[in-house]
Amino acid sequence: MLGTSLAALPTGGRGVITGVRAPEAVRRRLMDLGFLPGTEVQVGRRAPLGDPRVYELRGTRLCLRVREAAAVQARRLG
Amino acid sequence: MAEAATLPGGAVRLGLVGSPNSGKTTLFNALTGLRARIGNYPGVTVERREGDARIGGGHIRLIDLPGTYSLDPISADEAVVARVLAGEVAGVPAPDGLVVTVDACSLERALLLVAQVLRLGRPTCLVLTMVDELRARGGALDRARLEQALGIPVVAVVGHRGIGLDRLRQLLPHPEGWSRPPLPPPADPEERHGWAASILDQALVQRPGLHRLTEAVDRVVLHPLAGTLLFAAVMVLFFQLVFAWATPAMDALDAGVGALGELCHQALGAGLLADFVADGLIAGVGAVLVFLPQILLLFTLLYLMEDVGYMARAAFVVDRLMGRIGLEGRAFIALLSSYACAVPGIMATRTIPSPRQRLITILVAPLMTCSARLPVYALLIGAFVPATRLWGPLGLQGLVLLGLYLLGAGAALAVAAVLNRTVLRGQAIPFYLELPPYRRPPLKLVTTQVWGSARAFLRRAGTIILVVSMVLWGLLTFPRATPPPELPASQVARYRLEHSAAGWLGHTLEPAIAPLGFDWKIGVGLVASLAAREVIVSTLAQVYSTAEQGHLSLRQAIRQDRDPRTGRPIFTPGTVAALLLFFVFALQCMSTLAIMRRETNSWRWPAFAFGYLLTLAYAAGFTAQHVVSALTG
Repeated sequence: MLGTSLAALPTGGRGVITGVRAPEAVRRRLMDLGFLPGTEVQVGRRAPLGDPRVYELRGTRLCLRVREAAAVQARRLG
Repeated sequence: MAEAATLPGGAVRLGLVGSPNSGKTTLFNALTGLRARIGNYPGVTVERREGDARIGGGHIRLIDLPGTYSLDPISADEAVVARVLAGEVAGVPAPDGLVVTVDACSLERALLLVAQVLRLGRPTCLVLTMVDELRARGGALDRARLEQALGIPVVAVVGHRGIGLDRLRQLLPHPEGWSRPPLPPPADPEERHGWAASILDQALVQRPGLHRLTEAVDRVVLHPLAGTLLFAAVMVLFFQLVFAWATPAMDALDAGVGALGELCHQALGAGLLADFVADGLIAGVGAVLVFLPQILLLFTLLYLMEDVGYMARAAFVVDRLMGRIGLEGRAFIALLSSYACAVPGIMATRTIPSPRQRLITILVAPLMTCSARLPVYALLIGAFVPATRLWGPLGLQGLVLLGLYLLGAGAALAVAAVLNRTVLRGQAIPFYLELPPYRRPPLKLVTTQVWGSARAFLRRAGTIILVVSMVLWGLLTFPRATPPPELPASQVARYRLEHSAAGWLGHTLEPAIAPLGFDWKIGVGLVASLAAREVIVSTLAQVYSTAEQGHLSLRQAIRQDRDPRTGRPIFTPGTVAALLLFFVFALQCMSTLAIMRRETNSWRWPAFAFGYLLTLAYAAGFTAQHVVSALTG
């Protein structure tokens, strides 16, 4: 399955990052945070109001809003 | 800062770099004790922390840089880290070596920051923290192989227990002798994944498992219903503690200051000196100290929540709400604190990572209805709003008070949204929030942080508050008119006040504030209330020469006051409404201005806040005067 983003992955699903499409500063920051091509991500809970959502990757848990998560390209696993 | 000059010759300067929650501050404190020097970097709001450590016969100076996930800055505040490391900040020579703290449990992510630090080509050593937690989670790391794979010295420590510190102390004074990597890590961030993977292959024997406690607690804390209820409960408790618990201590301080002033009057007799010592000096010191209970309590709670790991969860729960007005979750807590008092509220914005959002929060915090407005509202509502019962226990007076609270909060949110789209519109900084594992708070660290904040307040804001309260005392006291001998004793205070500089200011201001229905007496009150909003009540009591400062007599006095020229009441419904609204908006508080100056490191933002809030206050007061006058005929 190709061409999806972290925002489109279902809660509880897994994916592997394939790239980051965002303005350069945002793209670099997301990559510095660990959203690097090749990284596996476990999708966690949404906040009570629906946004942001928890992503587990590289031994840490980071929350992103839909806007940033949509910039992270991912392939769904499993 | 002048300390650079006092640094002994030959001391080694080391920059301490690490991501938030990597144990950087714990390590800094373990190495330097409580001797941190705190200041600001020029032109930005970033706090500058340096500390000395004596090791053997030598001296090292540690520069504690703000926690960061990246050396690639997206704001002026973030750029400080990169600029200090490159020696580009005036008065801060480039460090001789860099110390990177890495949480052993999230080594995989931390290596991305290590890669950026290594690319600087400076002597670097790596300090692995939380190795005890790694072991507890079933993980295993080969320190020697990590050292080999990276090509730099690696020391494992448990900072709060002092394990590994001896080896680190031997290493730190000699950065020139640290081994260097044979090749720098790749420049392209995309290639760092492969680089980090190869390092992990060599050094990480066993990945740590899930942090069981964190998993279990987060099932509740992040649960849509349970998490929301918990958040509400924590916020109510937090508010209650800051609001109610601090009050007895503040009242006691107030009473103590008052008693001390009385004592002075008795000891020094009635004269200018006694007035100065009691009403100027002691009252000024009291004006500073009165904030301490709230600041100590608030910061203990904030740092506990932060260090335990709940702060990030609270921000997660409420983020969407704050996101609507362009702020993020943590701003909620600062704004909530501002209900008690804007001074600790503005200090609480330090937990907001984005400098722009932090500034917006600082600028709107004074709109939250602080406890100093209550005496003013109580006086005016008590005197002029009939105590009609509307519905059950809800009366008209309570409804008006509630309306004023809601108006303040609504205005804060609206102004934040406007600032976000206009004056402070900027490059979109991506939102991200790490949920760290829950950890037992190192109590020593909490007390150190709380003490540091209190000391910073006393030194930076306290001095300004003290000076301004003396100036205000001077305005209310000089020139010292001699009342005519036939004047009854009860009128002396009023006579002196009317003939003081503040009285003159009140008269001078009268044409400007007349459109709001305010006369010179209210003008004097407004000038005096710059010391603190509630001071207008005691000043009005003086102006109206009410024997006691008890509200009852003052209430009657202002109800009965009439304009000598027209014979009409001064406090018409329009004027009362205008004055109430004026106090909803106006930044009548030197302490808030002083703390804004301290937190933003410039007078520009306090001046901006004072200006825009005064404009809003005037506009609202003017509108209220005219609308209410038209309605009530």
